[in-house]
This record gives sequence, structure tokens and C-alpha cells, in this order.
Amino acid sequence: MSASYWLFFVFAGLAVLGAINLIWQRHPIHSALSLILVMGALAVLYLLLGAEFIAAVQVIVYAGAIMVLFVFVIMLLNVGEEERTQWSRVATYVGLPVALLLVVQTGYLLYRAVPVVARVDPNRFVGTTRRVGEMLFTDFLLPFEVASILILVALMGAIVLAKREP
Amino acid sequence: MSTWLEAHAALVFALIKVLVLVLVLLTGIAYLVWFERKVVAHIQTRWGPYRVGPHGLLQPLADFLKSLFKENVSQTPVTSRFVFLLAPFLSVTLALLAIAVIPFGPDVELWGVTMRPQIADLNIGLLFVLAITSLGVYAIALAGWSSNSKYPLLGSLRSSAQMVSYELALTFSVIGVLLHAGTLSLREIVDAQAAAWSLPRWFVFPQMIGFICFFLSAIAESNRLPFDLPEAESELVAGFHTEYTTFKFALFMIGEYAHMVTASCLLTILYFGGWHSPFPATVQFAFTEYFPALLLGALALFCLLDVFRLSRGLHRLLMLVLGIGLAGLAWLVAQPPLLAALQGLFWFLVKVGTFLFIYVWVRGTLPRFRYDQLMAFGWKFLVPLAVANVIVTSLFLAAG
Repeated sequence: MSASYWLFFVFAGLAVLGAINLIWQRHPIHSALSLILVMGALAVLYLLLGAEFIAAVQVIVYAGAIMVLFVFVIMLLNVGEEERTQWSRVATYVGLPVALLLVVQTGYLLYRAVPVVARVDPNRFVGTTRRVGEMLFTDFLLPFEVASILILVALMGAIVLAKREP
Repeated sequence: MSTWLEAHAALVFALIKVLVLVLVLLTGIAYLVWFERKVVAHIQTRWGPYRVGPHGLLQPLADFLKSLFKENVSQTPVTSRFVFLLAPFLSVTLALLAIAVIPFGPDVELWGVTMRPQIADLNIGLLFVLAITSLGVYAIALAGWSSNSKYPLLGSLRSSAQMVSYELALTFSVIGVLLHAGTLSLREIVDAQAAAWSLPRWFVFPQMIGFICFFLSAIAESNRLPFDLPEAESELVAGFHTEYTTFKFALFMIGEYAHMVTASCLLTILYFGGWHSPFPATVQFAFTEYFPALLLGALALFCLLDVFRLSRGLHRLLMLVLGIGLAGLAWLVAQPPLLAALQGLFWFLVKVGTFLFIYVWVRGTLPRFRYDQLMAFGWKFLVPLAVANVIVTSLFLAAG
């Protein structure tokens, strides 16, 4: 097996472990750090698929910008450790069966889809920056511009809300 | 064993390259600290380190041993021991990681083996560096938070805001170069600057404004004076690393200096033609090939003169050894196979060294900004200027 095959399992495992740790930790900062780990591992998985631009953007945007904001807010509010609550009854009788059902369903679907998944060839995607840019500015120009305007509106809304006199 | 070696020759070769680069880099950083202390001292009409070794040349070694063997003093119980230890580790790891994609020279052929002085040639080299530096803020933010002390927390809050703000200007100012080069690969960006008008065809000439924006935000990104608000000692004791002692503190220092080296390498690659010589490649300028040997020879002469000028016997002996070593190196570099092979590396190092000197010079000359001035400068001056530069550059390129 090639190195990228084993790297996939290493980083997929890291992502899953990070996600579990994110829920397990009681301190928000530790949870935030676990989330950063998950995002880093996902970036490597993108890289293994040949989508280098998406990998870099994943790190820059999620790990480098959004999570910095999270950590910043947690530090500013000086959030302490959370306390564990009692296991709720709703979780036992509704949540657990539904979660189990979901796992079984997903597992079955994935099992059926295995031959299809196995045929995916990473080299078929050309995730280079040039290709992504060309796609965004030709085929997907309208959705791209609409999304940009949506984000701009959201930004202005946030500024207006933050600046409002009490 | 030998078959395994043959099968994995590329891997072994890459590992050796990594090892050599890290060793050279860490030694270089240790002497960068010495260089900075010396230059700042002379700017302030002092001598700087002078006792440990001739001209204080063994001072980095002494500092290294000192920080290893000091007692680990911590006054306050830290908020989280894991995060407290993670922060300096992150600082160094991220700073060293970014250097992995820096190309230090063109492909070099020596004794039949082609070597590429670069660890990883990524198609997204520049994006990779930006991604790694965008993570650098965690080291400082987490250090301040986990110290459980007010000055570090204030320092790290300032730094988070500062680094996120200046990252924007940094990224925008790079776009001008990308528009000219049409690639994100650092190697190809350098290759795009290979040709010459009457001047060398470096991106600094068409991208002067982008260069200024990039340079200023790079200083702010590596938390150096005049933008070192996160550790402003007159207000915050030592900022985010107040509670750090022993080698943990040294790791932060290594991280900061490695960041400086990366920034200087990027400035060289993006704006100053990387490893290309500033002289045209004509017969008239063939003599410039001997510059590396001349430089080493001058240094050797300086060392040998010091054998007579210094007073302490041990220092004189050290200078003698150093002088002879440098003279030997100068002779070696002037020999045909090395002469051609080291040109690229030499010019790259000269340019990086110049930028490192400017970094130190700025630190020795300018006073620190006030925090609100810093933020206003970043958001109201640098970011609009960088955006305007992108617009003007793309209009210019579209028209021409």
C-alpha cells in the first residue's frame, strides 16, 4: 500500500478522535483546540484527495480565522469549566434509539456504496487553484457573486447591530 | 538493508535535507540573536556582547546552556498545564514548518547529483505559508490565556487582534505579485523574475506599494518593534511570555526569530527575485561570480587581523582558527564546481541577510506605536492601500 493510503487512516483517525475529544472535554478552550485539530486533519484529507487549494483555504479560513475568533471570545469572557449534568430521560428513550438508527442507516448506505466509493480516483479531480478560480468565475459566476453579496450584507448588518447606540 | 535504502532513497534524502536545514536554521537563529544584540548595541553606541568568546561569538552557546539549566520558576498556578506547554511548542513548530516550502536556490548539479535546496515544492507554496502563519496567533493567544496572569492575557488579546488585522493587509498585498506571476508556487514566482530589462526584472519595481504594505505587515505579524505591542515591556512587563521561564521562554524567542527569517525569505522571493543575481548575466559581469569568495576572504582577513588586536590569548586562538577556516572556505568556494553551484544560494542569503539587517535596524531606530495608532494604521491605511494596489495592478495588467 502507498504512503497516502496509511496517511489517510492516520488523519481520519485523528479527525474522529479530535471530534470525540471535543465533546468529552469540559473546558471550552480544550474543546476549541480539539476542533482546530479536526479541521487540520480534514485539511490533510483534502490534500490527500488532491484538492490542495481547498486544503489551504480550510486552514486559513476555519483554523486561522474563525477558530481564532472562538478562542478570542472564550478568553475574553473567561469561561470556566462546565459541569456535567445528569443523563436526561429524553436522551435515553428518544435520542439514543434515533442516533443508533442513524448510524445503522449510514452504515448500510455506505456498505452499499462501497464499490462506487472505491472507484473514485483522486487524480481525476484537478483541485488546483487555477481550476477552482476558472470554475468560480465562469460556470459558477452568478452563485459566487450572490454569495459574496450575501456575506457583505451580513457583515454590514453585524456592524450596524454592533454600532447601535444603547 | 541496502535494497531498502535504494528503494527509499528519495525519502532518506529528504530526511537528511530536513535535518540539515533545521540544524543550520537553529544555529543561524542563535547567531541572529547575537547579530541583533551587536547591531542594536552599536546603534546605541554600546559594545554589546563582548566577554564570552571573541566579539561575544560564544554568547549564543552560553545563552542556550543557561536557559537549559535554569530553575523552572512559576509564580501562579497556570490555568491549564497542557495548554501552557503547548504554546511554546506551537510557536516553534509553526515557524519551522513555514520554512519547509521556501526555495533557497535553483536546482544544483554537483558531482552528477542534482539537488534542489528546498524541502517541499508545493503548487500552493504561498498559500501554505499564509495558512501556517495564520495559525501562529494561537501560540501567543494560548500562552497568554494559560498563564493565568493579567499582563500575559492583555498581551495575548492585543496580539490576537493585531495579527488577525495585519494578516488581511499581508494577504492583499501579495495578490499584486500573484497577478504578475500567475502562480502560487514560490519557485515559479522566482522564475517569473528571471529576465531583465536594463534593471533586473524584480516585482519590487512594478509592485512598490505592495512591497511596502507587505513589509510593514510582515513586521507586525512577527511582533517586532515598532509593532511589538503584545510584549510592550513598558506597559505589560513582557507581555504574553511573562510567566515563561527556562527553555520554554527560549522556544518563544526561537519562534519569533524563525518567523523573522521566513518573512525575510518571502520578501526576497516575492519582490527581490529570489536567488537571481542583481547583475546581468553577461561577460562584463562575470567577475561577480567571485563575490562569495571575496566576502568570505574579507571576513577571514578581519578575523586574522583580530589575532593581533585582541588581548586575551584564548580569543586570539579562536580568531586564528576561524580566520584560517574562513580563508579555506573562500578558496573552496572559488573552485570551478562550487563557484557556479553556489551562486543562487549566495544571492538568496545576501538578500535575506539584508532584510534581517533592516529588521534589526528598524528595531534600533523607531519607537513603539501606541495600540490605537497600530490598529488605525492597519485598518485605515494599510488595508485600503493594499486593496487599491490590487485594483490598480489588475487594471494595468488587463490593459497592457
